[in-house]
Amino acid sequence: MTKSGFVTSSIGKKILMGITGLFLISFLLIHCFINALIFFNDGGETFNKGAEFMGTNWLIRAMEIVLFIGIFAHIFLALKLTIDNRKARPVGYMVVNGSANSTWYSRWMGLLGTLILMFLVIHLKHFWVVSRFTDEITSGKETMFDEMREVFENPIVVAVYCLSMVSLAYHLLHGFQSSFQSLGLNHKKYTPIIKSIGIIFAILIPLIFASMPIVMHFGIIK
Amino acid sequence: MSHGNMNLTLKVWKQKNKDTKGRFETYHAKGISPDMSFLEMFDVVNEQLITENKEPIAFDHDCREGICGACSMYINGRPHGPKGGVTTCQLHMRSFKSGDTIVVEPWRSAAFPVIKDLAVDRSSFDRIIAAGGFVNVNTGNAKDANNILINKDHADEAFNAAACIGCGACVAACKNSSAMLFVSAKVSQLALLPQGQIEREDRVLNMVKQMDEEGFGNCTNIGACEAECPKSISLENIARMNREYSSAILAQNKLHH
Amino acid sequence: MATSSKLNAKIPDGTLESKWTKYRSTVHLVNPANKRSLEIIVVGTGLAGSSAASSLAEMGYKVKVFCFQDSPRRAHSIAAQGGVNAAKNYQNDGDSVYRLFYDTIKGGDYRAREANVHRLAEVSGNIIDQCVAQGVPFAREYGGTLSNRSFGGTQVQRTFYAAGQTGQQLLLGAYSALQRQVGMGAVKLMARHEMMDVVNIDGKCRGIIARDLITGKLERHFGHAVLLCTGGYGNVFYLSTNAMGCNVTAAWKAHKKGAFFGNPCYTQIHPTCIPVSGDHQSKLTLMSESLRNDGRIWVPKKQGDTRRPNEIPEEERDYYLERRYPAFGNLVPRDVASRAAKERCDAGYGVGTSKMAVYLDFAFNTARYGTIEATKNNLHNPSKEEIIRLGKEVVKEKYGNLFDMYKQITGEDPYEIPMRIYPAVHYTMGGLWVDYNLMTTVPGLYALGEANFSDHGANRLGASALMQGLADGYFVIPYTIGDYLSDEIRTKSIPTDHEAFVKAEAEVQERITKLLSIKGTKSVDSFHKRLGKIMWDKCGMARNASGLQSAILEIQQLKKEFWLDVRVPGEANEFNPELEKAHRVADFIELGELMCIDALTRNESCGGHFREEYQTADGEALRDDDNYAYVAAWEYIADSNFELHKEELKYENIKLAQRNYA
Repeated sequence: MTKSGFVTSSIGKKILMGITGLFLISFLLIHCFINALIFFNDGGETFNKGAEFMGTNWLIRAMEIVLFIGIFAHIFLALKLTIDNRKARPVGYMVVNGSANSTWYSRWMGLLGTLILMFLVIHLKHFWVVSRFTDEITSGKETMFDEMREVFENPIVVAVYCLSMVSLAYHLLHGFQSSFQSLGLNHKKYTPIIKSIGIIFAILIPLIFASMPIVMHFGIIK
Repeated sequence: MSHGNMNLTLKVWKQKNKDTKGRFETYHAKGISPDMSFLEMFDVVNEQLITENKEPIAFDHDCREGICGACSMYINGRPHGPKGGVTTCQLHMRSFKSGDTIVVEPWRSAAFPVIKDLAVDRSSFDRIIAAGGFVNVNTGNAKDANNILINKDHADEAFNAAACIGCGACVAACKNSSAMLFVSAKVSQLALLPQGQIEREDRVLNMVKQMDEEGFGNCTNIGACEAECPKSISLENIARMNREYSSAILAQNKLHH
Repeated sequence: MATSSKLNAKIPDGTLESKWTKYRSTVHLVNPANKRSLEIIVVGTGLAGSSAASSLAEMGYKVKVFCFQDSPRRAHSIAAQGGVNAAKNYQNDGDSVYRLFYDTIKGGDYRAREANVHRLAEVSGNIIDQCVAQGVPFAREYGGTLSNRSFGGTQVQRTFYAAGQTGQQLLLGAYSALQRQVGMGAVKLMARHEMMDVVNIDGKCRGIIARDLITGKLERHFGHAVLLCTGGYGNVFYLSTNAMGCNVTAAWKAHKKGAFFGNPCYTQIHPTCIPVSGDHQSKLTLMSESLRNDGRIWVPKKQGDTRRPNEIPEEERDYYLERRYPAFGNLVPRDVASRAAKERCDAGYGVGTSKMAVYLDFAFNTARYGTIEATKNNLHNPSKEEIIRLGKEVVKEKYGNLFDMYKQITGEDPYEIPMRIYPAVHYTMGGLWVDYNLMTTVPGLYALGEANFSDHGANRLGASALMQGLADGYFVIPYTIGDYLSDEIRTKSIPTDHEAFVKAEAEVQERITKLLSIKGTKSVDSFHKRLGKIMWDKCGMARNASGLQSAILEIQQLKKEFWLDVRVPGEANEFNPELEKAHRVADFIELGELMCIDALTRNESCGGHFREEYQTADGEALRDDDNYAYVAAWEYIADSNFELHKEELKYENIKLAQRNYA
């Protein structure tokens, strides 16, 4: 079997899904950390410093490309898996009692992922496009913090962000521990710990993210 | 012929053969005793159908003590029905109540084509085992059994994996029709034992290749297979197979590239 | 008594200990190049069939293997629970090849061939080695060595096991060896195929007619030799511990084509099965004999006692096996234990709603294990609850799956209250008569495993069926088949348009057409149930002349009715389980008659064959060695007409004696 055999094999796809998933999880952690700097409530000063660092550091910029590759790989693999899995059951069941043997969010990862993707398009347009492809930020007209305040003035946007974070939470709830399982990391002693960390992560990170539009919208952070 | 006082409505998948389309047919099971097994309830229905000059329902079954793995009914949305840890033949009617409507479907998977009604073709499992689910040892080549010492915990764990009955409930339960639990049980059993070490890498590569060729889906770790497995084969086996597979790929590339 | 001229057991000369070794070293061989052009058909994929097919393919023969199940792994060997015997003496408790041989002959009530049984004992150790090499996960001790337990009829611990799933693990080992050969192209696997007849050409077996159970198509298959590894015929009783599909058809067709049927009346009734709960029951479930290691069997001392078992005080319980057989206690052989249970129930001491059950009680040994565990864990003065809790853990590890199965079926928890058990049909010692080479009276036609009349005499000891199946397949047939095939190297494979194949297929076709055209009023199962009732009542655990005579008449009547009034729905050219059953039941009916004839002819009691007229003052089986120390080999002459041939059993190493387990 060759390397291409690995990529097309069921386990190969699954492992790549796990690796890209974990990579995106690590990105979430950093993203969350940087954004949480708004909670210094110093008019965005610390946050803007962080944002500037992220926008100018060459390593981060290089990683940004890797990140996009990771996202696209994750999406592409997910699509491929979904199509293949549909083919694997050409005639479906009339009655499926999935809740008897698995969690709904583990079965609906594709849908949750699609919602997150839709959010991602909106989110990138709000911030990433602005910061990278316009001169609004670089010219010093506006800071990223200003941009946030502007965007989150709209209550609909705040609602979309919050709901999307719910999708992310459920996606992570399954995805976090699933990545470890895919990589073969299942151990009587350590898996319960991984699962606990996964639950905390899946709740905490989206919660912090979701709190940002809320606090900005209501002016708690200025 | 009356045995008990349960009356049930059955909606059962009927399909003449693999080339024809199937449909659901409704049957009424009367006078069912709670002590009957699910298959004995089917016996009663079939006996009635034969008396009425109608066609009985075809289904696979043999040992009726939960070990041969032949029985394979998808009952009310779950393989082997509502009770955990049992096969259809060990599911008793006391798990239902009179008046219930029970929907019975065959295992659904591209790799398990329907032969007739509820009977499906699971020879794909045999081909996966033929691809590598063995130790290459000819009869007569063995040394004295106690020359191979095996840590009791490893032996027990290998036994737990080897307890798989090859019924296919894992595939039936999985929303992706993945056969990972079945394949990983055999890979694990032999990976845990010293006898299996020599061909460890080839085994997992060949078995996974065959599994993929048979048209099973991809595992997404939802865990339905483990939950529905009548022998409670653990998901740990799948993780172990993922490990075995990656290290085999790495080792193989070292050798051949 | 002299052995019939039609029977030649071909037992090698020499001392008992040297026969097999010498024979193995001198039997004719087939060179590797010739093996490639010799074709062997194996019917059945249980322990005997899978092990034979894989071993022969490894040697280079071209093998085709058939099973009616959807996969070879489903053969009923899979359901054997307790273990497999081998004279390894790993426990240092005095076991030896001779002792296993002796126990088996004695356990079989002196009705087995000495030379065969000794060979079985000799190769028993190799079986364990082979299975371990295949990766069979036997139970082990903490030091990594293999673990053993006790079974009935022995005083040593020689039973190797894998929890309560030993048969499963051994079969999966043999199945993996078989699939390995299938993958290599050395074996052609024909699953969901049922053998419908054997084809003889010029007095030799040359192939089979098989039915593809999915399409219904009849197929002709040539083989230089045909091996029937098709198991036993316990389902003649309708209710048995056999799988639903277990049948006698292959053996019976062979019988009608010239293979003599040996000792058909020897049936094993297993003492520890879950009692019948109603007339809807389709099969009975065994509770492994290994449970008698730790379970004590008892009934109340008072007739018709309706108290719950836990309410009956110790002094009001009759541990009747321990009382009657102090030396072996609860571990007497199966036939003895079964009859003792029947005796108590018939006398009115039975328990449960049907009163046809006895208790198998684990309380005593649960407490014993609990105390041991407490000591191991340095628990001083543990409470009674603590002891029971610890003890239950030990019991669970040993028999967990059996206890779960019991609870699932009966709805009662055996950890809390004693199991209710009753004897049930489990195994048939009778089968096709074979010589030392395992060849039937038809040259080129072999029978292995439970399908042959076997090494177990009139009663099989626990954990010996797995041993025999694997011995036949792994270590006997690979050698003995050379004796025949070495003369066949010039035989080209015979085209299947040969008239013998055409004729055999036409006969099968005719029978199928007949069965489908009767369009009577009664289902196949209804006939099967009636046959089973006749057999159980009159040819079961106890038999007598008048009962057997009336059974023969009843069966003949049933046969007539079957062929006039059976209703087989569906068509010939499709997957038709009812048609499969109809074929099998038709053969069971004919076999049932022969079983009764055999039982009626054997005017003695031995092992599983208990004729009420012949018993000791204590109610034990009373043999008549002067007149009945023979194998009854029946030749099929015509419908309901069988001719008896006797193979004299010569005991040169063991002195015949009344079996004594007290």
